[in-house]
Amino acid sequence: MAKSLLIISRQSPWSGPGAREALDIVLAGGAFDLPIGLLFLDDGVLQLAAGQNAKALQQKDLSANLQALPMFGVEELFYCADSASVRGLGDRSLNEAQPLAAEQITALIDRYDQVITL
Amino acid sequence: MAAVLLIESVMKFAIALFSAAHAPSSRRALLFAQAALAGGHEIVRLFFYQDGVYNASDAVVTPQDELDLPRQWRSFIAEQNLDGVVCIAAALRRGVLNAEEAGRYQRDAVAVSAPWELSGLGQLHDAVQDADRLICFGGA
Repeated sequence: MAKSLLIISRQSPWSGPGAREALDIVLAGGAFDLPIGLLFLDDGVLQLAAGQNAKALQQKDLSANLQALPMFGVEELFYCADSASVRGLGDRSLNEAQPLAAEQITALIDRYDQVITL
Repeated sequence: MAAVLLIESVMKFAIALFSAAHAPSSRRALLFAQAALAGGHEIVRLFFYQDGVYNASDAVVTPQDELDLPRQWRSFIAEQNLDGVVCIAAALRRGVLNAEEAGRYQRDAVAVSAPWELSGLGQLHDAVQDADRLICFGGA
């Protein structure tokens, strides 16, 4: 059986290539049909904020890539509820991702065979 | 019985490095890799991603009285005959090209050569599947 991998994405969307490069690992894993999960933590939750204007920063929009995740077979999408609320993103469901409390995050990390934090 | 225990204790490691050559975490990654082999363990692959691709750059010049980490990686990988893979997308973005990519994009700057290999993220996933443990250095 394939080993499962959790990517923890902690970078804000426009602070450098970190967010995109974390997402690229997820997309590659999905393309290989591997059991893969993605958790947005700390500034990483900002990737899920609505109404981002990537063009104003002369950047390519990440949100289209995020929305494509289920098409790549990546359905395990989570975000840290605390990280979202302290950044004013509320606790509603963001971009198909599911909010998790701190103790649920501990359980989530336990569930995966391997973890990469970027 | 002792022999069986010894065999079972041998680990297959995949090592991923995300930080530039001058970062302390890159130094720790090399020390860990050396210690893993010295302890009789196996390294299935070293994968260099994000700023970790700079560890493979031959264009890094370190002052004489400082540790030259890219050179140390190079000789470690060559001497131990390891699989040192640099993510091609991350390397292109950071100007760490091998001859083939420099030719493809018509650039004069060649910064990587054997024993390093430029390849895709599939090599990271492949290593994760193959290894008992994935050890990451220099992530966020």
